[in-house]
Amino acid sequence: MSRLLSEEEYRKTKAFKIRRWYRGEKDPYLGKVEMKPQKPFTEDIKTQKQRIHDEAILRRNIYDIEHNKKLQIFSKFYKVVSIVFVFTLIAILLYVVSYLPPVGNAANPDNNEVASKYIEDGMKDTGAVNIVTGMILDYRAFDTLGESNVLFIATCTVLILLRVDNRSKKKEEEENDRLYEPKNDIILQKVAFFLVPMIIIFGIYVILNGHLSPGGGFSGGAIIGSGLILYVNAFGFKKIERFFTQKTYKWICFVALLFYCLAKTYSFYCGAHHLETGIPLGTPGDILSSGLILPLNICVGMVVACTMYAFYAMFRKGGF
Amino acid sequence: MGGNLLANYGEAVAMILFGIGFSNLLLQKNLIKKIIGLNIMDTATYLFLAEKGYIAGRVAPIVVDNVTSVEAYINPVPSGLVLTGIVVSVSVTALMLSLTIRLYRKYHTLDMDEISTMLKKEEE
Repeated sequence: MSRLLSEEEYRKTKAFKIRRWYRGEKDPYLGKVEMKPQKPFTEDIKTQKQRIHDEAILRRNIYDIEHNKKLQIFSKFYKVVSIVFVFTLIAILLYVVSYLPPVGNAANPDNNEVASKYIEDGMKDTGAVNIVTGMILDYRAFDTLGESNVLFIATCTVLILLRVDNRSKKKEEEENDRLYEPKNDIILQKVAFFLVPMIIIFGIYVILNGHLSPGGGFSGGAIIGSGLILYVNAFGFKKIERFFTQKTYKWICFVALLFYCLAKTYSFYCGAHHLETGIPLGTPGDILSSGLILPLNICVGMVVACTMYAFYAMFRKGGF
Repeated sequence: MGGNLLANYGEAVAMILFGIGFSNLLLQKNLIKKIIGLNIMDTATYLFLAEKGYIAGRVAPIVVDNVTSVEAYINPVPSGLVLTGIVVSVSVTALMLSLTIRLYRKYHTLDMDEISTMLKKEEE
């Protein structure tokens, strides 16, 4: 509805048509496109009989495992050949390893100017004390964006494969879940009562110190996710649904990935055109330093934590 | 045979692990065990990359006391690659496990051969 136009005038505008099409109330192609019904597939009796006969012979000769000598020989042959193949593979790989340069030697060809550039200029360019974090979230941030998207897409695929849409089936699944998993285990609940806050706080600590110490978004997110899983195991899905549902998951992932995308677009744009980003790098070693790395770490951590919990919930009962 | 096999014992172990994982993938009939084999292969790759990045007598690449000389730290590039590998392997494992659950719901078995014979019986 428009506030400026009357109802009839509004019905004539394009916005109204687009809105109707978007809502699925009217398909503009319906009745205007010629549609031919498909010809039903017919087959005369002779070829049909021939086809069934051929298939029966094929099945008898090839697929009947218990009476087929050739297939039995093949399965033994397959085992022998695969063992021989694996041993040959290991031998070839060990042969190659014996010609590789010795481990731990600083003059090896893989310790080239790329690594020395990261070590020498890493702290100055990115402001991160942890050079690996500076590398994956600044120099190679595009790659890390891809990784977060891989995790998100994996959750979407698992959701497509395992989601239970049928109402009655969903109820059945939840009842099964209640049968197999004891929900009011007093020992588990008491332990979880102490452990879950500590695990989650430790995960937050690892994420926030990603640019100062070992860790970062991925490991901290995995820790928080395991804390959430422990919470679910102890108290059940009803309790966790008070603050974490599918909608929460969707919004957290959407906001985190969008922020990551925009932040990195901005810094790539500025970097490619040699512009000033305007984001202060701060003193290396402080918690609020190294520019965009801290918010990006938080984004990655949220995506990973939600993904870990989502995997668990979907494997357990096919939905959040 | 080159002479560095004993010096590269970590890499050699990685290769043997890779072979163990691959043989699991080929010989096991149980789908879950096949997935475990693939994960062993992933682990072998991480071990190989970690061995590649190591330099004797140097510490992890976290700057201490503003020392930014190449002689102080190990190679940071393989560490970043291992991180990428772990994330991809987690996603792939989740995808494979969910496919396995779908197969189990339909055929009530995890044995590859039984599933394929059931498929052929269904076609009849």
